[in-house]
Amino acid sequence: MQADPWTHPLAERLTAAFPGLAALTYLDQPFVEAGADGLHALLQHLKDREGFNFLVDLTAVDYPKRDLRFELVYLVYSFESNLRLRVKTRVGENDPADSVTGLFPGANWPEREVYDMFGVVFRGHPDLKRILLPDEWKGHPLRKDMDILAMDNDWVKANLGIESGQ
Amino acid sequence: MSAAFLDSTELTLNMGPQHPSTHGVLRVILKLDGERVISTECVIGYLHRGVEKIGESRTYAMFAPYVDRMDYISAVSNGLGYCLGVEKLLSVEATPRAQVVRVILTELNRIANHLIWLGTHALDIGAITPLFYTMREREEVLKIFEKYCGARLTTHAFRIGGLQYQLYEGFEKDIAAFCGTFPSRLDEYESLLTGNRIWVDRLKGVGILTAKDCMELGVTGPLLRAAGVAWDVRKALPYSGYEQYDFEIPTCATGDTLDRYTVRMQEMRQSVRIIQQALGRIPDGPIIAKVPKVIKPPSGEVYVSVEAPKGELGYFIVSDGTLNPYRVHVRPPSFLNLQSLERMAKGALVADVVAIIGTIDIVLGEVDR
Repeated sequence: MQADPWTHPLAERLTAAFPGLAALTYLDQPFVEAGADGLHALLQHLKDREGFNFLVDLTAVDYPKRDLRFELVYLVYSFESNLRLRVKTRVGENDPADSVTGLFPGANWPEREVYDMFGVVFRGHPDLKRILLPDEWKGHPLRKDMDILAMDNDWVKANLGIESGQ
Repeated sequence: MSAAFLDSTELTLNMGPQHPSTHGVLRVILKLDGERVISTECVIGYLHRGVEKIGESRTYAMFAPYVDRMDYISAVSNGLGYCLGVEKLLSVEATPRAQVVRVILTELNRIANHLIWLGTHALDIGAITPLFYTMREREEVLKIFEKYCGARLTTHAFRIGGLQYQLYEGFEKDIAAFCGTFPSRLDEYESLLTGNRIWVDRLKGVGILTAKDCMELGVTGPLLRAAGVAWDVRKALPYSGYEQYDFEIPTCATGDTLDRYTVRMQEMRQSVRIIQQALGRIPDGPIIAKVPKVIKPPSGEVYVSVEAPKGELGYFIVSDGTLNPYRVHVRPPSFLNLQSLERMAKGALVADVVAIIGTIDIVLGEVDR
């Protein structure tokens, strides 16, 4: 991604308050990248000091070749400045992330979805369990190494005793 | 058994997933104290089809019809959001003609969506008649869709970069005729419901969701506006030339079920207003911008959202420079709005839960994806 540095008063304030923060923009959409341990503080700061009190979306992307394979993407919005900001961080396969349900109660279901689909554990979530898939489901389907066709074949073999032919 | 067991007053009631008033396969576990709801828990996922995973193994153009199957009541809005997302990744803009037609079709779709909502919501509460009338008007909208692109429900009306089809002969006339009669039909519904004492008694003060609740829970759309926040993606972050149209954002103050009814009724009138303005200004010119035959956006990521009839519908698309999206994530308004059921239903009567589920206006195809 050919991202440019984000020049905006907010970007300057944020990089001053959080050293090591990368403030970038791609196709006029600003985003900041922070370490996983500083993420909660950053979102708290954005909410309390900068008016980003609305969590629009929370999701993850899997990059299996990276050391820290999951990229968590938080999208926050400020009604005051009419600005959307993506906050990104990376976590490894076995590292838990901090839940933001304390800051944004609406993060409850999206965090459960990320747990369900990627297997990222959110520390401090009130009720972390699968949401879209059945409770007895094995694996996390949106991981890149999850092979849906192999899974289908296994199921057909076990339940119907034939090759699935897919 | 101990006496405490006999004294227990809490009752667990399971509602759904096969229940007509849950609008699909939604299961709600209600904890009750007599007739009062202590807490609710939604069990969702019965309609999960792995749309986001499918997207990773389809090309950008191939994935477009899939998005129609999420919120199938407002497939046109879904398609618009996805097309805008990919266009943003490609740095392409739809042609002026395509943009105006897109606005017309999405606003028609908003009317169709709100009509379904109105009919079924009224049906849940016990008023059967409005459903027949709303279906009659929705049919007119679906006929226009069918004449335009051959499909009624999952329309796949738009293409990346613009439109697939030229307008048919009489397109403007059909829509003008619909816009001419529809406001009087709305008056008809209002005469059935707005002043109806049973309707008002069942809705007023039920399922209050304040602006603060909406902000905390990420609730958008008519629910947010009924709580008094005049926020609409079409105004706040305009797309497809919405900034050129003169329309208002209807709002109410208390955020109860009656307010949400009022807001949606007003929204239909505003949609007619937008369509009438758009009809007079469909420019000539190409219907699709210059888009490469093989869509291969440069590596990068975007989040693009539209104001779908149910709230903010967003697409987060990550491209790695190949033919297929690396990741497609959908921000479905129904999914986040449904989270508010817990707060709205707390302390309500069991019968009100039906009204509250209806007022959120969910489509399970979108909640579960």
